[in-house]
Amino acid sequence: MLKITKTPKCYVGGSFIRSESGRVAPIKDASGAFFANIPLCTRKDLRNAVEAAAKAGPGWATRNAYNRGQVLYRLAEMLEARAAEMSDAISLSGISKKDANREVRASIERVVHYAGWTDKFQALLGSVNPVASSHFNFTVTEPMGIIGVVAPDEKPLLGLLSLVLPAITGGNTAVALASGTQPYPSILLGEMLATSDLPRGVVNLLTGRRDELIPTFATHAHLRGLAAVGNLDERKALQIGASDSVKRLKLIPSETPTDWFAENAQGLYEIRDHLEAKTTWHPIGA
Amino acid sequence: MPVKKSTCPAARELLFGDLWEYDPAPESAPAFIEPRYGLFINGKFVAPKTKKYFDSISPRNEEKLSEIALAGAADVDAAYQAASAAFTSWSKLPGTERAKYLFRIARLLQDRAREFAVAETLDGGKPITESRDFDVPMAAAHFFYHAGWADKLGYVTPGRKLTPLGVVGQIIPWNFPLLMLAWKLAPALATGNTVVLKPAETTSITALKFASILQDAGLPPGVVNIVTGAGETGAAVVNHPLAAKIAFTGSTEVGKSIQRALAGTGKRLTLELGGKTANIIFEDAPLDQAVEGIINGIFFNQGHVCCAGSRLLVQESVAGQILSKLKIRLKSLRTGDPLDKNTDVGAINSQAQLDRIRELVACGVAEGAELYQPDCELPKKGFYFPPTLFSKVAMSHRIARDEIFGPVLSILTFRTPEEAGEKANNTCYGLSAGVWTDKGSRILKMSAALKAGIVWANSFNKFDPASPFGGYRESGLGREGGKQGLLDYANLIQVP
Repeated sequence: MLKITKTPKCYVGGSFIRSESGRVAPIKDASGAFFANIPLCTRKDLRNAVEAAAKAGPGWATRNAYNRGQVLYRLAEMLEARAAEMSDAISLSGISKKDANREVRASIERVVHYAGWTDKFQALLGSVNPVASSHFNFTVTEPMGIIGVVAPDEKPLLGLLSLVLPAITGGNTAVALASGTQPYPSILLGEMLATSDLPRGVVNLLTGRRDELIPTFATHAHLRGLAAVGNLDERKALQIGASDSVKRLKLIPSETPTDWFAENAQGLYEIRDHLEAKTTWHPIGA
Repeated sequence: MPVKKSTCPAARELLFGDLWEYDPAPESAPAFIEPRYGLFINGKFVAPKTKKYFDSISPRNEEKLSEIALAGAADVDAAYQAASAAFTSWSKLPGTERAKYLFRIARLLQDRAREFAVAETLDGGKPITESRDFDVPMAAAHFFYHAGWADKLGYVTPGRKLTPLGVVGQIIPWNFPLLMLAWKLAPALATGNTVVLKPAETTSITALKFASILQDAGLPPGVVNIVTGAGETGAAVVNHPLAAKIAFTGSTEVGKSIQRALAGTGKRLTLELGGKTANIIFEDAPLDQAVEGIINGIFFNQGHVCCAGSRLLVQESVAGQILSKLKIRLKSLRTGDPLDKNTDVGAINSQAQLDRIRELVACGVAEGAELYQPDCELPKKGFYFPPTLFSKVAMSHRIARDEIFGPVLSILTFRTPEEAGEKANNTCYGLSAGVWTDKGSRILKMSAALKAGIVWANSFNKFDPASPFGGYRESGLGREGGKQGLLDYANLIQVP
């Protein structure tokens, strides 16, 4: 009996979309046989995704921290339930089953790690400041807004999640470009995000060509921060474009490999990269 | 919230008459300004390799104060080489020892506070009462505060160790010359970095005087190097390959060009840029207190303040009352010689800045806003501009959008807290905001709604070394001061 194959679609604004351009690129499996056509998203798709992220922003940022933690934990549950399928998606490109399994396990752990951070980072990063005047002076963290993520080509699931999770844990929304060489795991991740309790638009995942989308990631004024893995030319282009709106940048060189499994590829300071500090001076008096 | 009808349009005015003028009360302490300053490199004052000097004049009377060395690329390179050589031992010095140097520096600055205050006023034009009571004591406080951190960095970032970055290039503005130097040097040195610092070309004198404090404190040569000059010198500081980080305070335009220039270099960057701060007055605010806050918010340091409360948002029901109270209050502001202890508004820092203020004020008039300036006689020599109010300002006016950096207040109105928040946030900047209301819960709600790094409730222009300062959006990146500011001068290393 003939198998029903899936049409890969990107997850944007809670919907599954094809590129507005109608363009696709074929991907092959490890044996070289045709597997599916992946959307080649354009800068217009990116702008639409930013719009979706902007709509979702205020609701996500003001959701209570305990609730955000449970939503993220639910994502881990979804990933766990379809772990075997995700592992197959990663090994599609020829990665060994063992390595693919390891990446999926680490990704689930990473989601759980951040699920536990949502109601704790504020206490560690904020402060009450002993000013000399008669004020109650305190610093709290706030999300920056929408974070643009340009994921590494390697580790198509773990690399992507390692950049998206700290942003949304802090209350930001994210628009991410998935691995260019192994985009399929991001398609599957979109399906899992859709069945987690994450509100639509909080995470938006695009597939497409880095060279076509990086200029728009760099200059889109509504992206307040970027977390991107790229080569020297890409990092340069991102920073030059970002300077027009003084974006906050986290640029990771792709020339030197990043150990995405490492302990320091996650944690409090990754969350901090996408936070602003706000200080309020409240007078003390009658 | 229901909008109350305005019941009291005009404020009462106390008339004291103008028969008796104030006697001049000039500050007479000597400023000990040298006729000529070299560059401070590797612990010594040296002549610039460019062999060029430029004049530093006093904006209070346009008289020449001193000659300042013009640093070229070769001089900046020498400063970086010295800082790089000094980094090896300075970064390895125990925190307790670095702390002692910083404590010493704070004490020595306190010892010479009066002299520094006079020099600051002569060089920059700010009222002596401000340099005496704010700039200099606050600069000393920054060194004292950060001194204590030097041996306690292990407590700042749980799970990570802070290690110094290397040589930091720092570029500071002309509005708070000595204070900005302190904001930059103190955290950089406490975290074990060495520094190449460039003051603004119109206000180099207190930085160069400060170099003598570093010598008296016995700070190892090369730990702090001071190069003077204008934009070209600044570009050499930004682009030097030995810089691990650039810290800049100044205009948004230059800040953006620095971010661009650093693209691809991997150098760290913090920016403290411009603002167009909203000062929001709700109808339940203590209005007389609010009027004092508005005055302090915009006329402090002639409005040469990145976080100046230059956009006043008043709830409609009290707008008439606030405007009439402000006009009366403006009449008693004294604009003139900054060395006079009775002066409230001193000299504009430079001819160029005065020209910009004049241009924007003319633009406000042309766009249809209503101008009010009190009658006041300005000194014949020097750069002065009277305190200025604009009412009937619309959000689209240039005077409501562009940073004027002068004693010019634009007044707008709002009806609901939501509208106040929307108008306040409708700008590319996000440095600070003021909220005046009697309700504590509204303060907290407004604070959360405002896209700004600092929110002052029923107060304005408050600063403290323990309180992190810095903006959202195009007002900059990073924070200065407090626990948060330390992280911008350090690498975070995983603790095994």
